[in-house]
Amino acid sequence: MKALVCVKRVIDYNVKPRVKADGTGVDLANVKMSMNPFDEIAVEEAIRLKEKGVVTEIVAVSVGPQKAQETLRTALAMGADRAILVMTDDTVEPLAVAKIIAAIAGEEAPGLIITGKQAIDDDSNQVGQMVAALLGRPQGTFANEVTVEGDSIVVKRDIDGGLETVKLALPAIVTVDLRINEPRYASLPNIMKAKSKPLANKTPADYGVDTAPRLKTLKVSEPPVRSAGIKVPDVATLVAKLKEMGVVA
Amino acid sequence: MSKTLVLVEHDNASVKDATLAVVTAAAMIGEVTALVAGSACDAAAAAAAQIEGVAHVLKADDAAYAHALAENVAPLVAGLMADYDAFVVPATTTGKNIAPRVAALLDVMQVSDILSVEGPKTFTRPIYAGNAIATVESSDAKMVITVRGTAFAKANAAGGSASIEAVGVHADSGLSTFVGSEIAKSERPELTSAKIIVSGGRALKDAETFASVITPLADKLGAGIGASRAAVDAGYVPNDYQVGQTGKIVAPQVYIAVGISGAIQHLAGMKDSKTIIAINKDEDAPIFQVADIGLVGDLFTVVPELTGSL
Repeated sequence: MKALVCVKRVIDYNVKPRVKADGTGVDLANVKMSMNPFDEIAVEEAIRLKEKGVVTEIVAVSVGPQKAQETLRTALAMGADRAILVMTDDTVEPLAVAKIIAAIAGEEAPGLIITGKQAIDDDSNQVGQMVAALLGRPQGTFANEVTVEGDSIVVKRDIDGGLETVKLALPAIVTVDLRINEPRYASLPNIMKAKSKPLANKTPADYGVDTAPRLKTLKVSEPPVRSAGIKVPDVATLVAKLKEMGVVA
Repeated sequence: MSKTLVLVEHDNASVKDATLAVVTAAAMIGEVTALVAGSACDAAAAAAAQIEGVAHVLKADDAAYAHALAENVAPLVAGLMADYDAFVVPATTTGKNIAPRVAALLDVMQVSDILSVEGPKTFTRPIYAGNAIATVESSDAKMVITVRGTAFAKANAAGGSASIEAVGVHADSGLSTFVGSEIAKSERPELTSAKIIVSGGRALKDAETFASVITPLADKLGAGIGASRAAVDAGYVPNDYQVGQTGKIVAPQVYIAVGISGAIQHLAGMKDSKTIIAINKDEDAPIFQVADIGLVGDLFTVVPELTGSL
């Protein structure tokens, strides 16, 4: 079974984003960019399924600028077999990304589409569910554990208050949560090897997808700032403060 | 006037708290119709009809909706949306699972996790883990919106008297089946509705230490227990304890952060708490920049002492 893994190039997890002074967005110039951490987990899960003999080929897909190629090379270095970059410099909203992924799925006919549950830049948490809707296939969101059983996949999901297990008919879409695995680091030989793995360059037009945004960003601002309060020297003072606030009797 | 359809989160018998804040948000957009999709869900529909601000209740009662499977609920909602301008759901795991599926069926770009309603189609929402707030305007004819519960007041759960109408149901999609669930049974308040939360970080060392340090303090205060992503990743506590960008967003009266350095992803989940108390041995930890009261010290001596003196 073929697996399609969708990855996004985003601001690095450890970088604190700065809002542009003119309020048009977040400053991404000269900022370290990396693969969305959840997508890294998705790539890892696909590789583990390949190591188990369930998945035969892993195709990594990214929609984004030319530089998203680096993100795809990372996926290839981790263990994906080939990659497709759908290149655009425009901001592409989750709905348009989902349409592109659905169109690629139409060509590639994967048994499984895996992606992160959300990207840490726009925090939308939409693409996987939308792809599933567009393809009329089931979705296992916020996956904590997946097991392929014949023509179905059993997905244990992280939900509010605990875990839920669902069984989905393949082909299916899975979005992964944090705890499903810990992604590997690509080894130097694999990074070298990844450079010669196939990477196809496409555009949204190749898939007939209109990426014009549906949401207009009117402004981007700093969140309200919380100022630091006081420091107390010891537990007794802390308890006194808590009593003063009425937290404890 | 615009008409909104609110997805009621329920367990077939009662309505979950998360729904109440969504009713408040939806009422700012238009008239509120509450959808109760479930199985043998008369009691939940009756409870939804009592929520102040709900004008109508639609009840879709079928075995297919028993576990809120997105594959079954989304087509139901997409069909009903012919009569509504906005579908509004809580940004809970249930809502986040279903809403984008509905949005794609309607060919609409969803507005996720709104913090405020600024106009008929204009909302604010957090991006980059709450490090920036975007004001966005939808250009779609219909809207699909998920609502951050802590950002809106809860509608009164009693006082309403909406009519309840049964709606036609769709057949089971046959795409997915519910196998089972493991819901942690706890006497402790749920994180998203707790008045006080005690949260632990990586400094708690391991699961046993986390339990022996954090639990007694939480017990004394009748508090919910949370954790940083680092503590969850290290396996000290289950994932649903996680507070932060990728976990739960909380805004209790008092948030006590123990051994949590205050990574931006964690702050994103708790910085709207009314009072933040931080205990950390590193006086330069970023958590102190948002804490109302900070105590620099070794949590292994400070927390037991605190627990003992309450």
